[in-house]
This record gives sequence, C-alpha cells and structure tokens, in this order.
Amino acid sequence: MDVLLEIIASLCLFIGSFICISGGVGILRFPDFYTRMHAVGVTDTLGAGMILIGLMFYSPDFLTLSKLLIILLLTLLISPTTSHVLAKAAMQNELKPKLQQKDSDKELNSSNYS
Amino acid sequence: MITGLFNNWIVIVLMMSGLYIVIAHGNLIKKLIGLSLFQTSVFILYISMAKVEGGTAPILAENIKELSNPLPHVLILTAIVVGISTTALGLALVIRIKEAYGSIEEEDIQILDNLPQSKTQKKIMDGEQ
Amino acid sequence: MNDLFAVVMLLGIYSLLSASFFVAMDAVDVAFTEAAVGAGISTLLMLVVITMTGRKENTKRHKPFLALIVVIFTGGLLLYGTFDIPHFGSADSPIHNHVTPRYINDSINEIGIPNIVTSVLASYRAFDTFGEVVVIFTAGIGIMALLSVAHHSEDNHKIAAVNDSMHERYLVIRIVSKILIPFILLFALYVQFHGDFGPGGGFQAGVIFAAGIILYSMLFGLSITRKVISQPFIQIISAVGVLLYGSVGLVSLLQGGNFFDYNVLLTDPVAGQHLGILLIELGVGCTVTSVMIMIFFNFAERRELQQHNNIHNKDLES
Repeated sequence: MDVLLEIIASLCLFIGSFICISGGVGILRFPDFYTRMHAVGVTDTLGAGMILIGLMFYSPDFLTLSKLLIILLLTLLISPTTSHVLAKAAMQNELKPKLQQKDSDKELNSSNYS
Repeated sequence: MITGLFNNWIVIVLMMSGLYIVIAHGNLIKKLIGLSLFQTSVFILYISMAKVEGGTAPILAENIKELSNPLPHVLILTAIVVGISTTALGLALVIRIKEAYGSIEEEDIQILDNLPQSKTQKKIMDGEQ
Repeated sequence: MNDLFAVVMLLGIYSLLSASFFVAMDAVDVAFTEAAVGAGISTLLMLVVITMTGRKENTKRHKPFLALIVVIFTGGLLLYGTFDIPHFGSADSPIHNHVTPRYINDSINEIGIPNIVTSVLASYRAFDTFGEVVVIFTAGIGIMALLSVAHHSEDNHKIAAVNDSMHERYLVIRIVSKILIPFILLFALYVQFHGDFGPGGGFQAGVIFAAGIILYSMLFGLSITRKVISQPFIQIISAVGVLLYGSVGLVSLLQGGNFFDYNVLLTDPVAGQHLGILLIELGVGCTVTSVMIMIFFNFAERRELQQHNNIHNKDLES
C-alpha cells in the first residue's frame, strides 16, 4: 500500500513538474503575448494542481491533507481568473494577436483570414 | 571553507546594486525602488544570519531540538511593515513634488530651483498645462 | 531600463522570490509578511504613483562613473569585512549565544506559547514593537497630511451609473473576488488569533486584511468602499490600535509591574502573559490594517482628483 501510494505520488509530482517546465519553455519560445499567456495560463493550473495532488498522497495526517485541498481549490479558482483578466486587459488596450503565416500558405489561406 | 560566506557576498551584490540605482539615477521613483532593493537585501542578510544548520522554524513542538534564531525574525518582521509605510511616505512626497514642479527628474527640479522667482512660477504654470 | 512599469514589476518578483527564500531559511513569519507587503501592497502603491507621475523615465544626465566608484569602494570594504563573519549556518556564532538561548529554553515556561517569534515580539521586546507601531502610525499621519483632499460629495446616481458601466468590463473578476474576499478576511482573522501557535500575528494579519479591502476597492470603486469604511472611521481605528497597545503597558504599570510586564495583569503570570499578548496583537492588527487602508485611500483619492482636474483643464482649453 505504502509503495503504491509513493509511486502514485511521485508520478503526479513528475507530471506536474514536467508540465510546469513545458509552460516555462512556452513563455520563452512562443511568438506573441496571447500564445505566451496561453502557455502559462493552461500549464500553471494543471502543473500546480498535479503537484498539489502528488503532495496530498504524501501528506502524513488529515490536517495537512485538508490544507492542501483548500490550496488546490483556491488555485483552481484564481489561476484561470488571472489569465482571463490579463487577456482582457490586453484586448482593451488593443493589442492584436500576431497571425503569422508562411509565404506559400498565404494565398491558400488568404480567403480564410480576410 | 570559503563557501560559508557566500550568503554575505550575495547580499553585498544586491545592496550595491540598490545603492548604484540610488546614486546614478535621477528619477525619484527609481531612487525609491533602489532604496527598497537595498532594504530587502538587508532583510536577507538578517534572515540568513538566523539560520542554524539542521534547525527548524522557531515554533516549539515535540521531538524538535534545534531551532533557528527567532530574534532576527522579530526584528525583520516589524522592519518590513515599517519599511512599506516609510516607502509610502516617500511616494507621497514624490506625488507632491510632481504637483509642485511638474517633473520627478532630479535635474529638472534643480533647474527650476535655480531660476529667479517669477520665472519659476511661470515654469510651474507651464508644467501644469 | 527606462520603463518604470517593468522595473516595478521586477521589484515585485524580487520580493516574492525573497519571500520564498525566507521560507527556506525557516523564517515563516517573515515570509508571510514579505509576500503580502512586498509583492502585494508595495507593488500596488508604486503602480498607483506611476499612473500619476508618468511611466517613462527621461534621463538626460546619467552619472554612472561616480556611482560606480562609490559602489565598488563600499562593496570592497564590505567584502573585506565579511571575512571575519562566522560562517553560514554555524550554531556557535555570537548571535546565537547571548539572549537567544533564554528565549528558546525559557519562553515556554515564562510565556507559555509555542511560537517563539510571537512571544519575543509581543512580550520580551514589547517596547521595541510599540516603537514600530508608533512609527507606522506616524507614517500614516504624514501621508494624510501630504495627500488628503477635501471631500466632494458625489451624487449616488452618478456612482451607480459608473458602477454599471464598469460591471460589464470586470464581470468575471468581480464575481470571483466576491467569492474570495470573505475568505481573505477570514484568513486574516485566523492569522491574527492563531499567531500564538503557528506563524502569524498582528502585523501579518493587518496586512492581509488590508489587502482584502484594497482588492475590493480596486474592483468596486473607491466611493462604494468609502460607504462601508469611511476615512474618519479608519483614522479612529488606527489611533485606537496604538492606544490599546500603550494602555496595556500603562495598566501593567499601575498594577505595580514594569511597563509591558504582563505577569501582573492577572493573578496567574502565564495567563496574564496570554492576555497581554492577545491585546497587544489586536492593537498592532488594528493599526496596521487601518494605516495600510488609509495609505491606499489617500493615494487613490489624489489620483481621482488629478484626473478630474486634467479633464477640467482640457474642458477649459477647448
């Protein structure tokens, strides 16, 4: 039982940290504000959530478990809200998303974008 | 051997960058930011001093022998809150300076101060518009 | 970097990082305060000021050489000084050997609460803390003297109209904050009264409570918040906090003890200590909360006045 719990916990922690790292790569590599924000907004919620769930499996007593659960709920509530507010603020300041396309695709897609 | 002093060196680097901002930049808000950088690096110095190898947070519980030093924690805890109130006071002064001179650059303020009185008032009027 | 907005944001990130450093260094109480003050309120105040004074720094003269010489010289001296400092984490360095053993070994018998930081803050060094609280109170008065504006009574319909137009724009964040703010305030009260047993106390609780109120006033407008918490009310509360703190000291003096000697407050010394610490933390909490709210209100009011004047000036010109 203990071994099983430990395996599940470490799996959750591993997935969580992988997702967080991929979010970090995303913020560096993506071209414009909206895609970067999407990378962080999506991965932050899931990554932090997975890490918290992994920690819950490790938690020694009920008190720690319930505290972690509250933190998880708050994260699930706050993180998407902040992403939403950030995107909305960008929209209101008229920041246009960068719609980049290759030269060869341009003629093909021009009807879709215009 | 020498790595035991590493924390102090980090603090010195941070402190000196704060001091550099305070001296080199003319913008008053930037000076305040440099000052709070300096302040936080002093907090880091105190807190890293309080750490004892193998210690835990200074809250008594069973089975805990080694504790970190609580005294620097107390000093810094109050210093942080006092720091924000004094920074806010500084920011309030910056706002009043902006209203009186129309600028928060040290240079412009000095120029305005050195002008004859009537011209200064005219300049201030210009600044407000 | 000439964009002050970016500089302020970097300062906020630095504060948050140093808060996590404080957790790693076992200073949970300090980390608490730094996260709420440094990353929250201080960043916010700086942003408010930037909206009033302009976002760009336009430097004409930059004098890096003088600054570099001073900085390198001072840094070199400090570096030379570090070689005599005891190494990081060593248990036998001087700061761990004078008063600290008494705090760690005897505080549980003398004060009777597990969190040593609280017992040192509120009992052994109550006089220091009293000084800090008075400094905070004085800073609050100073800001009020510098920035407070005469009240122009606004008409309720106008407020309602503005409120409706804002409602569409901030719908999601308003609803989420409405759910969260009660929990923030509740958490602040938990931190206030649980400070004897876990990390927490008046300073942290005050800052968190103020952050909750400031969040509300940012989203729902200053005039609505002022209906709930008026300026005179927080002025009185901030003074009451200091008064409560000082009067605990005076009562202990009248009972025949020293200033801030809580042993004489009740017949049982340990119970007296408990009562004294509770009252003092309450006083600290009141003062810190109300001064933080007062600072924010004054800054925001000044900003409103400035914007109002700008619009007025433009009308005059056209």
